[in-house]
Parts: sequence; structure tokens; C-alpha cells
Amino acid sequence: MTATTSGSLVAVEVPPTPAGRRLRLGLLDMLNLTRRDVLVWARNPSFLVFAVIQPVMFVLLFRFVFGGAINVDVPGGYVNYLMPGIIAQSAAFASFGTAIALARQMQRGVIDRFRSMPMARSAVLLGRLTADTLRLVVTLLIILAVGYAVGFRFENGPVPAVLMVVLGVVFGVAICTVSAYVGLAIKDEESVGSFGLIWLFPLTFVSAAFVPVGSMPGWLQAFAKNQPVTTVIDEMRSLALGGPLGLHAWQSAAWLAGIFAVFVPLAVRAYRRV
Amino acid sequence: MLDRKTSPGWSGPAIVAERLEKSFGDVRALRGVDLSVERGRVLAVLGPNGAGKTTAVRILTTLLTPDGGRALVEGRDVVRSAEAVRELIGLAGQSAAIVEELTGRENLEIMGRLYHLGNDQARARAAELLERFDLAEAADRPAKGYSGGMQRRLDLAASLVARPLVLFLDEPTTGLDPRSRIGMWDVIRELVSGGTTLLLTTQYLEEADELADEIVVIDHGQVIAAGTGQTLKNRIGGDVVEFVVVDRSRLDDARGAVGPLSDGEPTVDLDGARIGIRVGDRGSDALVQTVRALDAVGIQTEGLGIRRPSLDDVFLTLTGHGAEGSGDGSAPGGRRRRPRAAAAEGSGR
Repeated sequence: MTATTSGSLVAVEVPPTPAGRRLRLGLLDMLNLTRRDVLVWARNPSFLVFAVIQPVMFVLLFRFVFGGAINVDVPGGYVNYLMPGIIAQSAAFASFGTAIALARQMQRGVIDRFRSMPMARSAVLLGRLTADTLRLVVTLLIILAVGYAVGFRFENGPVPAVLMVVLGVVFGVAICTVSAYVGLAIKDEESVGSFGLIWLFPLTFVSAAFVPVGSMPGWLQAFAKNQPVTTVIDEMRSLALGGPLGLHAWQSAAWLAGIFAVFVPLAVRAYRRV
Repeated sequence: MLDRKTSPGWSGPAIVAERLEKSFGDVRALRGVDLSVERGRVLAVLGPNGAGKTTAVRILTTLLTPDGGRALVEGRDVVRSAEAVRELIGLAGQSAAIVEELTGRENLEIMGRLYHLGNDQARARAAELLERFDLAEAADRPAKGYSGGMQRRLDLAASLVARPLVLFLDEPTTGLDPRSRIGMWDVIRELVSGGTTLLLTTQYLEEADELADEIVVIDHGQVIAAGTGQTLKNRIGGDVVEFVVVDRSRLDDARGAVGPLSDGEPTVDLDGARIGIRVGDRGSDALVQTVRALDAVGIQTEGLGIRRPSLDDVFLTLTGHGAEGSGDGSAPGGRRRRPRAAAAEGSGR
């Protein structure tokens, strides 16, 4: 331990923590925060409504109310067309919880306290995303179960079926990173409550989630065909029902990688700056 | 009462800040602030909203980087050795930084784990703190149902989980009702009797006076006065006896009658027909003398009473203007406080 002088104050020099120990403690922090976030989620009934009841209502609504009027050409009929779309939409909407939770913690000073503690800076965001991943898996499996009850069937074998769920979860986590940034940047629970979800409506409804893109006017098709929700849903549909995988796979991978590459650094920066 | 951590290699003050500067855009939040707190002492940073109190605390707790100047906590530079500083400090901010969905016990146990205490120790420490902060009974209920005072106590307990050497409390009683506020004072007093170094910010002179060994008054990002509560109060002139003259035509007579009792000229608020006289520390004697003096010349009064000097008085004396932007002008405990014309004008709401 040495001392350095600057001005009249002589500071005590403290050697930095070794990288190995830092990594181990960082992982521990992340797991503890994951555990906390899962516990909070389980205690909060409004999250449950968003994560489960709302998507289930969408399944029933489109299956029995709108579905009869929408003509699609897929094996098994509209319910098979619908389910990959509903799953992607639910995954995207579930990210709302991420934005709300982070904005609330920011507002209440929880994040400030964490930042004043000897804790890995990345742990709060990573813990949050890990908890959100678990939440997404649970949500998507519940929606799938409801889908099965109303007639949905995988037509393409078990491995692509699992891959479809994984793709839905990864897509949901990607949208969570966008929401994490929104929550950390807006910092106000009420504003996030009002605006945090709005951008998801055009993204999920002007897509191939519920209706074939070909039924939209031409100017809208240009957006609907090429935006990430459609490419991901097309790929999920091919995995669930059989169909060409290649092009959509590359497009989806590119979109997802792009979202992570842009919004993870943005969210981390927003967290550091507060 | 607390097991002390040690801070090797440092024997100087627990907190030192030199010429701290910080701007947010065009707003100069801190304009060269110096602070020093010896180990085991309590410093109150007193000032209205927007004076720079929170900015100073955020720099000292490594949440913000200063634009200029430097600060050491237990000898560690808050910028270059931020991680080492975080090992030694506790922070409780202006709102209760707790998770409402979780119980008091869960909140504290999670803090313990995040401080890497290990499960058993985290559990034991949580139980100990719940007991000490009078939360044992509510320990297993979600914090959502706690009163404001309980939430703040839980928040304070959370900042103590790792037995910090240096504690920062940013307006620990803002928003609390008078009873909870006095309860919080007791908790803080007990805490510092165990030897923790404490820096707290407040808008209330009375609070600073009750809790702190030394007070630093800041305004517009600068220190405008420093000293013990007593020296500050002496500069202001101590307690104030106030009354309203019922018959306005006799205001001058009343002023004449009490003039000899006042340190300096009595203040007269013509709109409210209110007269105030500074009586130093002669408190209740001066009150009795005032009653006699007014009685002798047959002047009727209303609302005669004595009050302690407030932040507004401090600012009026030190700067010639009231405490601008001080959220609500009410004194802690709501004791003996009457709104003044100066206070009403000064609070730029």
C-alpha cells in the first residue's frame, strides 16, 4: 500500500481486486439479484396479469372471435398460424415488466444504493435479464399449453418445436434489453407505465403475427415484411409447422444480434450514468 | 455497539473534500465545496432544496464524478479508488430504497448477500437489525404495508448491513410526520453513539442542531457558514419571541415596550401586525418579561409564543435572503413555528 500526493491530500492507494475474485463475486451478485427479481415477480399480481392472463385472452380472442374471418394457408388452419405469432407478441409485451421494474428501482433510489455498494456494475442488469428469461420461459409454456387446449399442434417434430420456443425466448430477451434501456432512460415509473408499451403495438400488430402480410396495403407491407417481429415469427412458424428455414433464420439472427449490440451498451450506459 | 471495520494506512479525517465542483449543463451545483469530518463525528450539511447537498453526497458516495476538486473517504479517493470507498460506506437516500413486495427480513437478507456476508451471517445480521430498529414484529410482512417511518427505518437498517465505517444520510427525515421524525432522531443518535462517522443533509436547523457535532451551511453550491450548532445560533441571535398585536394602531407602542428585551431591533411585519424579538438563549425568562412589558402598557396580543430559529432565519442572517426553494418552510416537529412574511416570500414555489 503506497500513498500518492495531489494537492494537500495524500490518498491511500488500494490495489484493485484480482480479476478471478471479481468475476466470482460478480456472478454471485447476479444470482442473488436474479433470485430477488423472481421473488418480486412471484409476489406481484399485476405482473402475473401482464405475463399470463393477457396473452391467454389474446389466444382465445383470435382463436374464436377473429380467427374465423382470417384466411391462411397453413397445415392445421388458423390456430396453427396464430400460436407462433401470439408467443412472439407475448414475449415482446412481457418486457414491459423489465422497464417498469427498472424505472421503479431508479425512482426509489434502489439503483443508487446498489451503485454505492461493492457490487459488480453489470450484475443488476444481468440479474434482471436472467430473471426475465426465466419469466419468459414460464409464460411461453403456459401460453403453449393453452394453445394446445384450443387445437394448436406442432407439425414438424420435437427438435424444431423446442427451437421455436427457444427462439421466442431469445426474441423476448432482446426486446427486454430495449425495455431495460427505456426504463433506465425514462426513470419514472408513471411515464414508463404510459409510454413503455406503446412502441410495441405497431411493431407486433403490423407484422405477420395475426394476419398474413399480403393482406395489408402495399406501403405497409414494406415495413411489415422486413421488421424484426415478422422475420422472427416467420422463422418460428417454419420451425413449428415445417417450411423453408434458411432466409428467415439469417434475417432473424441479424436482427436479434443487432438489437443486442445496440441496446445492451445503451442500457449499461444509462445504468452507469443514472 | 457495532463491530468496526478497520481502515489501514489512514489516520486522517474520515471524510475530506477539497474544492469540489460539479455542473449539470449551465447549472453549477457545487462551486468549490470544502468539507472535513473527523472519525466518529457527525456533520450536518444544512441548506435548502437545490443548494447542492445531494450532489455533494452523491460525489462522496461514488455515484457522481466531480468536475473539479477531490474527496477522500477514510483516505481513499472517491474517483480513483471508488470500489475501495464502496467497501467502507453506507448510504440512505431521500426515499426508502427498499423493495416493497418483499418483507423487511427479505430486504435485509438480500442486502447481506449482496455484501457477500454468506447466508448464515446475512440471516443473523438481518435479525439483529430488525430487532434494533423496532421492526421485529413486522419483519415477515411485505414492506408495502409499512408506515413511512417504518420504511425509512428499514432503509436505514439496510444501509448498515455491512457495518459501514462512514454513513451518509441524505435528508433522513424529509417527508416524515413529526412523531416519526423524532423517532428517527433517536435511532440516529443511538447509531452515532456507537462511533460511526456520519454525514447527514437536512433542510432543518433544528435537526442539524439535535444530531450534529458540526454544521456546514451551503447555499448555491458554496459553503456560507460552518461551526457548531451553538455558534450558528449565536450568530443568528437564538430564540425568537413573537406575537400579534390585536389593535394595529398600537404597533409602535408595542415595539417600544419590548424593545429593551430584544437583541437588536424588533422585527415588525406590518401586514400581519406581528412583532418578533430576538432573545438569545434567555428563552422562557424573556417570554415572561415580554408578557409583563406588554401588560404594563395595556396591549392585547394574540399567538404569543417562542420559537427556535429556522433555516429561514439562518439564511436571512447569513445571506440577506430567505432560504430559496426550501420545499416547505415548516420546522421539524412542528414546534413553536409560525410562518413569517419573509419565509413566504423566500420560498420560490
